[in-house]
Amino acid sequence: MTPAGSLLTADGLRKAYGPTTALDGAEFSIHPGEIVAVMGPSGSGKSTLLHCLAGIVRPDAGEITYNGRSLAGMSDTALSALRRSEFGFVFQFGQLVPELTCLENVALPLRLNGAKRRDAERTALTWMERLEVDDVRDKRPGQASGGQGQRVAVARSLVTNPRVLFADEPTGALDSLNGERVMELLTDAARSTNAAVVLVTHETRVAAYSDREVVVRDGKSRDMERLV
Amino acid sequence: MSIGHTLLGLLESGPRHGYDLKRAFDEKFGHDKPLHYGQVYSTMSRLLKNGLVEVDGVEAGGGPERKRYAITEAGITDVQRWLATPEKPEPYLQSTLYTKVVLALLTDRDAGDILDTQRAEHLRLMRILTDRKRKGDLADQLICDHALFHLEADLRWLELTSARLGKLAKEVLPS
Amino acid sequence: MSTTRTKPVERPVTADRPTGPTGARAWLRDLVMGIRFAVGGGREGWVRTALTAVGVGLGVALLLGAASVPDLLTNRDARATARHPADTMAAKKIDRSDSTILIVDAGTDFRDSEIGGRSVRADGDHPVLPPGVSELPKGGEMVVSPALRDLMNSSEGKLLKERFEGYRVTGTIGDAGLMSPKELYYYTGSDTLTKDQGAHRIKAFGYDDPAEPLDPLLVVLVVLICVVLLTPVLIFIGTAVRFGGERRDQRLAALRLVGADRRSVRRIAAGEALFGALLGLALGAVFFLGVRQLVGVVDIWKVSAFPSDMVPMPGLAALIAVAVPVSSVLVTLVSLRAVAIEPLGVVRSTTARKRRLWWRLVLPVGGLVILLNQDQVTRTAGENVQVYSIAAGATLVLVGLATLMPWLVEAAVARLRGGPVPWQLATRRLQLSSGTAARAVSGITVAVAGAVALQMLFASMHDDFNTTTDQDPRRAQLNVSSPEASGPLAQRMIDDFRTAKGVKGVIGRVSSYVVKPGELKNADDMRPTTELSVGTCATLRELARVDSCKDGDTFVVHTGDRDLDQWVDQTARPGKKVDLNSESWGDYASKPRGKHIPWTLPKSSRTVTSRPDPVGDRYNGIFVTPGAIDVAKLEDANTQALVQIDPKVKDAEEYVRNAATQIDPLIRVYTIRMIERDKQYASVQKGLQAGAIATMMLIAASMLVSTLEQLRERKRLLAALTAFGTRRSSMAWSVLWQTAVPVVLGLGLAIAGGLALGAVMCRMVDKSVTDWLVFLPLCAAGAALVATVTLLSLPALWRMMRPDGLRTE
Repeated sequence: MTPAGSLLTADGLRKAYGPTTALDGAEFSIHPGEIVAVMGPSGSGKSTLLHCLAGIVRPDAGEITYNGRSLAGMSDTALSALRRSEFGFVFQFGQLVPELTCLENVALPLRLNGAKRRDAERTALTWMERLEVDDVRDKRPGQASGGQGQRVAVARSLVTNPRVLFADEPTGALDSLNGERVMELLTDAARSTNAAVVLVTHETRVAAYSDREVVVRDGKSRDMERLV
Repeated sequence: MSIGHTLLGLLESGPRHGYDLKRAFDEKFGHDKPLHYGQVYSTMSRLLKNGLVEVDGVEAGGGPERKRYAITEAGITDVQRWLATPEKPEPYLQSTLYTKVVLALLTDRDAGDILDTQRAEHLRLMRILTDRKRKGDLADQLICDHALFHLEADLRWLELTSARLGKLAKEVLPS
Repeated sequence: MSTTRTKPVERPVTADRPTGPTGARAWLRDLVMGIRFAVGGGREGWVRTALTAVGVGLGVALLLGAASVPDLLTNRDARATARHPADTMAAKKIDRSDSTILIVDAGTDFRDSEIGGRSVRADGDHPVLPPGVSELPKGGEMVVSPALRDLMNSSEGKLLKERFEGYRVTGTIGDAGLMSPKELYYYTGSDTLTKDQGAHRIKAFGYDDPAEPLDPLLVVLVVLICVVLLTPVLIFIGTAVRFGGERRDQRLAALRLVGADRRSVRRIAAGEALFGALLGLALGAVFFLGVRQLVGVVDIWKVSAFPSDMVPMPGLAALIAVAVPVSSVLVTLVSLRAVAIEPLGVVRSTTARKRRLWWRLVLPVGGLVILLNQDQVTRTAGENVQVYSIAAGATLVLVGLATLMPWLVEAAVARLRGGPVPWQLATRRLQLSSGTAARAVSGITVAVAGAVALQMLFASMHDDFNTTTDQDPRRAQLNVSSPEASGPLAQRMIDDFRTAKGVKGVIGRVSSYVVKPGELKNADDMRPTTELSVGTCATLRELARVDSCKDGDTFVVHTGDRDLDQWVDQTARPGKKVDLNSESWGDYASKPRGKHIPWTLPKSSRTVTSRPDPVGDRYNGIFVTPGAIDVAKLEDANTQALVQIDPKVKDAEEYVRNAATQIDPLIRVYTIRMIERDKQYASVQKGLQAGAIATMMLIAASMLVSTLEQLRERKRLLAALTAFGTRRSSMAWSVLWQTAVPVVLGLGLAIAGGLALGAVMCRMVDKSVTDWLVFLPLCAAGAALVATVTLLSLPALWRMMRPDGLRTE
């Protein structure tokens, strides 16, 4: 079932929150360096799929394999460590720690991994430069604009050189211009580091930055490339 | 929009007279532009010639309008192929897409599939445009953006239609 | 609108005037609206109102408790007086009658409980009854308090029951005859009680002991304790009113959007606060009533009270009922001054003016100045203690520390940079908004500073209230004495105690005062007197350095003090007579009484040096072995036994007490201790401890609430942090630091302030500071508090760190 060369695959995922079924036999696979858009109407289970893939939520049934390892067999600690070192995350909003400066926010994942403050902040700064937000390094997220904040979040998600970047509606709270800029920078950066990107979005213009798309409807996923 | 495919699709639910076909077409798709009877007649003769329909019977009284048409196996396959093929993404597609969706509902096919397929096709073009935009100069960017916004509008309409499929099915299907 | 006004409006109605009701009506409308929000704000609103109400309720309950202390004490005193035998000290002799009784104190101890008791004997058929007793116990009968009955019937009280096995329990003492519901008290009946055994004849109960006026030092202490315990309660109530403030501000912003003006928004907030406070007031009354019932049933730290005694003074209760709601409204209005609630959201005065130090220093420094200018208070100062200015000074210092707190937290945290991630998260958080933390902690600051100061004061006054007894518990642990003087009794004590379980050795001694017989040279002189002790050689060896001794030997004992030794030698002249009845000669103050009982001190008497006995007493005078004297001849002597017990035997003391009761119920058994504590002092200290614990718990509760509130507000952020792999422990540490940093700062400030206040107070009562380290236990308490708050917020943290927070609702 697992397509050859896949970095992250999922098969037969089921997940219910109480009486609501979020996933009902969804599948997914992504290759290294690939950008896959996960699309679908709201409430279709896109985000749940992302949460399962990233090991944030354990599915009720189904198998997720990352780099040959099954996530189901991993402890919570191991999953956390995996997320810290191999995955990166960008959410729609509310992910930056409001009391840390932007630079400290970007450096945070490195520091959680045990890096020294100085080293972490040096690396963080190069990423901020790449995402063109080094001018807000000493500001708090509340003092930066929405687009800047989201780019800070992208910088933070990439600072650990993750192999998979999970982006859940990364432009959802931005206007078109800022959204486009964030997507350009995000995809450029991801491609330059050969990171795979799982991009959950309901906007086609955002999805157009992907290599292919997977549509989730009623908890089932359709890989459009394999169908067409 | 392909009138031939539409009429074929309408025949899938059962044989009809030419006049019935025109009425059904007008009712469901010809909101602002009713079909001329001559159009029905010429289309049906082309379909007949291609073996996609056959004459099911002629009622007493003669005259072309008294012929009853039925769809052939080849006709059903042709409708299927047409429905499954996404339209080339271009502006003002909605009448074709709408026809396809309604026909899919009428013929018990999955209308969602049509939309997904169409979206994939749109996205394919949008990816090309996005790519061109990123590599091109400002003029390219503006032109691509224009196209992208139009395509996006189409798709948005598609999404909305998808979301309303249930309601639409109730309207178009005879209870 | 103006239609309701009696006078027509004089000013023309201009377009920009608000069209809604104005003045009192607007107030009323907005307050009611606020109350509606508090009640009908959905789950969110209810939680907030409930938190405030519970917080205020706890505070109010404590205040009501404090307000009932005066009555509680008065009622207790009244009952203590009512059961006290009347006229025992009266000069007039009370004649025996049908209603008179003989009564004597006969209390005992059981483990660490003191048991009060009296032995009674009726003279006639209609004896007076002590309060709470329906029938006077006859010989072999006893009436007991319910608590004592329960203790005696429990498995724990088995030994105690044995002690009273000669008595049949015929009834219980009613509440009117008890100080507190858990008091251990009894009356035993006797057929043989005589005045010789120390009993008094009385015809009534209810003797009014000349009330000891409260020691001025204690007055100062009590005032301080009230300030220390009640200020944090007030601060806590202030904090409780602000619970959930940020959410409320957002709701108010939404109201602004639909057209409420700034003033009416404030009034609405005031209405919400008012409702919470009123609910809290009601809840507080309920809590108070609950606790009131509880203290009647349970016995915490040996404090119990009759519910009916716990009645808040009406004036104080009224003050609480008015002050709490009013101050809740004021606190709300003041807290709203720092925020601008705009239609599009809440704008905190972001320019964050730095907190200024100078005015915050005015209060504590002013307080210290007041205290330093006080006259010194001494124990003899009587009623002249300037209680009010001392209270004012101490209050200013303590409240001043509380106002210093926000500045201190801000200033200290501003300099913090770097450190591990949890530390960084915590300090950054504090840098951004230190106010909430500082407010909660200021309560601790006051409590701890006060406690430190008080403890220093206690430590310095230690010697006044805790007399170090010079007793040496290593040589003997129990001291048994009987007013009855008899050699056989001493012997019986020695014999009976020696066979009691857990007893290692007994020193028994009969002693009496003896005088030099004959006329004095000068009638005004003091008649030479010395003590004569009768004991076995073993006993005498414990009391003096005696090398050789056999029965029949006699000794003259010196202490080594020249004056004292000369005084002894005036009476104890070997070969000469002494009179064994010291009263038979009389002196300048009293008439001679009784017959002379001359006895010759043998010429062979050796002079030896005394050594302190286990109780720490040094005896001099004449030591005699039983073979040399007939103890029965000794007039007005008493018998004493010092008992050494085996500390490994559980309840050895109780076995000795039981043995003593078998010999004579009136024998007193004292435990030999290094330190004898003053009872008033002990109860003040007990009160301080109980209060400090309650205060700490209150503060912990408010810190917990604000931590939980903050966690709830950052549900999404916490979920996002979990997503990118943040360890739970990292977040737990950051919660810990976030609590710990302000607490540590608060404790530091409290200790500094408390030491200063304590030093000043010590100076004021003319004592030197003896213990600078009294704050150590309080630091431990602070650490425990931080740990508790962190631990209790962990479940919520874990819940918030679940990915559900990522789901957009």
